[in-house]
Amino acid sequence: MIEDIGNLFHGFAVVAQPFNLLLMVVGIVLGVIVGVLPGLGGANGIAILLPLTFSMSPTSAIIMLSCIYWGALFGGAITSILFNIPGEPWSVATTFDGYPMAQKGQAGEALTAAFTSSFVGALFAVIVITLVAPLVASFALEFGPPEIFSVYFLAFCSFIGLSKEPPFKTLASMMLGFGLGAVGLDQMTGQLRLTFGAEQMLNGFDFLIAVIGLFGIGEILLTMEEGLSFRGKSAKLNMRVVLHTWKELPRYWMLSLRSCLIGCWMGISPAGATPASFMSYGIAKRISKRGHLFGTGEIEGVVAPETAAHAAGTSALLPMLSLGVPGSPTAAVLLGGLLIWGLQPGPLLFTEQKDFVWGLIASMYMGNVVGLIIVLTCVPLFAAILRIPFSVIAPVILVFCAIGAYTVHNNTFDVVMMVVFGVAGYLMKKTDYPLAPLVLAIVLGDKAEEGFRQSLLASQGNLSVFWSSGLVSTIMGLGLIALFWPMIHGLWTRLRGGKKDMGVAG
Amino acid sequence: MSESVNETGGTGPSHRGVEIGVAVSIAILAIIGIYGSLQVGIGWASDGPRAGFFPFYVSLIVLLSSAINFTQAFLAPADGRVFAEWGQLRQVVSVLVPTIIYVAVIPYTGMYVASAVLITFFMRWFGRYNWVSAVAVGVGMPILTFFMFEVWFLVPLPKGPLEHMLGY
Repeated sequence: MIEDIGNLFHGFAVVAQPFNLLLMVVGIVLGVIVGVLPGLGGANGIAILLPLTFSMSPTSAIIMLSCIYWGALFGGAITSILFNIPGEPWSVATTFDGYPMAQKGQAGEALTAAFTSSFVGALFAVIVITLVAPLVASFALEFGPPEIFSVYFLAFCSFIGLSKEPPFKTLASMMLGFGLGAVGLDQMTGQLRLTFGAEQMLNGFDFLIAVIGLFGIGEILLTMEEGLSFRGKSAKLNMRVVLHTWKELPRYWMLSLRSCLIGCWMGISPAGATPASFMSYGIAKRISKRGHLFGTGEIEGVVAPETAAHAAGTSALLPMLSLGVPGSPTAAVLLGGLLIWGLQPGPLLFTEQKDFVWGLIASMYMGNVVGLIIVLTCVPLFAAILRIPFSVIAPVILVFCAIGAYTVHNNTFDVVMMVVFGVAGYLMKKTDYPLAPLVLAIVLGDKAEEGFRQSLLASQGNLSVFWSSGLVSTIMGLGLIALFWPMIHGLWTRLRGGKKDMGVAG
Repeated sequence: MSESVNETGGTGPSHRGVEIGVAVSIAILAIIGIYGSLQVGIGWASDGPRAGFFPFYVSLIVLLSSAINFTQAFLAPADGRVFAEWGQLRQVVSVLVPTIIYVAVIPYTGMYVASAVLITFFMRWFGRYNWVSAVAVGVGMPILTFFMFEVWFLVPLPKGPLEHMLGY
């Protein structure tokens, strides 16, 4: 523990180098812009900018990328409150009370509340990461192939059982991701599979292309349905409003704490930031004395989802760093980046790449502080970006997506694939097929398969290897519980004799 | 976002129809996956599962899930809910088609020229800007991008005959 505090300070020293500080500021500004613009969400923005960081050292690169991440988290709140357009899926809950507040002329209060809550949530999660990550990492050294596979199993089952999308669509989406990830060279036998003789399929489907297509192009196509205009409330953020709101906020410390815990819990499990924000909003609505006013512009209705979403988004990095299992699509992209740089997430990362890990964690602290400052001072600027007519912004975004897709492998075929993924993403989003499991499966597919096959290799094909030790059985058991949760929950409610005669609540 | 469709009461392809279509398309992908897996073998070799083992079962699960999704969509009552109004679809296609052309053309004209045309087209067609503004931004953006990527980031992007003529 003492050693880790020492490591943390060493990490701060790494971050405090001028180049890295510059990258931080650039990253946050880029991140907010990315979060504010449709089609360039957090995961997509990082995916596009990832190849550009290949020339930097991994530590500097991840500092910039994670700052883009924070920026995007902040940016999503701006569009939610001012324009009633959630910049990110997890900002949807913020629109419920944020936009009404803006309509009542309280945009400044709403924005301050949102940014400060995000800061608090993220900070809480970073502290949790600082304390818990090394513990989990050392614990993870006990993991053999069956244990590793069981963790992936748990992650994927959580998606199916705990997300609000229909389970069989989640299952189809996820398995499709595995299938797509399997295309190309098979690592263990050296054979080419599912390529059907096409040369371009040699490298398979890169997750970056999938992310840019699904989340980027797909999002733009979706936005096009609504036509080409953004009409929003203007916002000026002067210090008086900020200080006034800050005086108000400590009243809600209980709400904040509760939201932080919800967020951290959901972030660490692969559920992610979106369910965290909804859950937090729902619980706050039920518990708060002003719950019945939620939806008309209650400040609590902004604090709850924002705190939870940011806590979740940040704590999603915990399983990614210590176990190599990302808790969200954006964490999945960051994980992919780590793999490209040759860094292996997991326990070895903490022992062999101390500079990197603690530099990243230190940058999370500083990034949030810097982010809060930048965002509080620059809101009118960022809001102004959305006033640029869509007819100018849309093609520019398309160009950047295309550039992003191309620079991954210097391959124009990938740009074509991006458009295909874009159409697929549009159709899937509209028919309620979740995209996150698809992306996670493409990123993790190879590793999960490797764990599976190595386990079976050692056990001569005997599936009981997944129940062989206490650890692996526990995790597999949790996975099965998560998988069948809706049924278990429904049964439980029925057994307790629900108040209304309604049965399964889902 | 699709909720507003019902309020305005426009017509369009039915939601149910598209759901069925998506389920069928995914099922077709699954069948391709099964076929491809069989090609490399799905059984057990001396040193463990063969290359097609994992993709085969994965594709099988996709196929079964799609069958369930198909059945659920099929059996759901036709509630008249539209997938999207024709007007909305027209807007979507009006962005999709230029994008497809843009992407198809990149290998031949290079990315910068293609981007210039795309931006100019968008500004002119959708934004109804006059030619001067449209061309100014349409040409300005790629030039800016050129300096950002080629010179600063040292990341090469596809180039076409125009750039070759200029000596790049």
